[in-house]
Amino acid sequence: MNPQHLNASSLKSRFTRRFLRALTKINAQKPISSSSPREIFQRYGRIKAAADKSMANSVRSRRTWSRAMLWKLRSRSYRQASSGRRSAVKTSTTTSHQAIRKKTNHEKENKPTKTGEDQVGFVVQADELRELVPGGEAMDLCNLLDETAHYIKCLTTQVQVMKKIVDFYSL
Amino acid sequence: MSSRRSRSRQSDVSRITDHQITDLISKLQQLIPELRGRRSDEVSASKVLQETCNYIRSLHREVDDLSDRLSQLLASTDTDSAQAAIIRSLLM
Repeated sequence: MNPQHLNASSLKSRFTRRFLRALTKINAQKPISSSSPREIFQRYGRIKAAADKSMANSVRSRRTWSRAMLWKLRSRSYRQASSGRRSAVKTSTTTSHQAIRKKTNHEKENKPTKTGEDQVGFVVQADELRELVPGGEAMDLCNLLDETAHYIKCLTTQVQVMKKIVDFYSL
Repeated sequence: MSSRRSRSRQSDVSRITDHQITDLISKLQQLIPELRGRRSDEVSASKVLQETCNYIRSLHREVDDLSDRLSQLLASTDTDSAQAAIIRSLLM
């Protein structure tokens, strides 16, 4: 049985170590003109990806959401390295998938049942949650709720650590 | 046709025990700061899910904002591995 308790302190330290290493690397890539808005924006993207990647790597493949996130990050960087044609194909499949899902939601909302109005709202909310949690589209309800709880714990740890780092650098 | 589909979807939900689901939902409720104090029978399941979505979105926004501030701070300071070691010791 998987241990439900998240060992918060070791997750925090694993994330902190990885994220700091990534930050040092990003900082080392600084060119001479490092204060142009474009540079800052690029660095923002790299830092955000590094934060997500560090967190997903600290959890590794123990969770469905972390596996999905790592896969997403890897395929995104692969796409950025190769041509843009492949990303165009990817987006068209995603939008058609979303369109199908939206259509299903719309049909459900058109048929409110007598006792099940709250149940219908529940299912719609669960679909919304699926879009927020990485890898959520493929999960059944039980797994989705379980993964969401873990994902929220990790996100709060991530925010906590990043806040401390920002405070330290703003001194 | 669509009624059959929505009904089978609902029966899928009830096949997993209700007890399991309510357990997981109350666990989620404890993680969300807005709903933490309230009793689990006061808050409906769809409300918990809704607040979860809102909470996750706000956490994503915070991460974005912090990454933004970090990118600007890194522009102005000269960081090196010594500072990283200091932070590491601070946070452990």
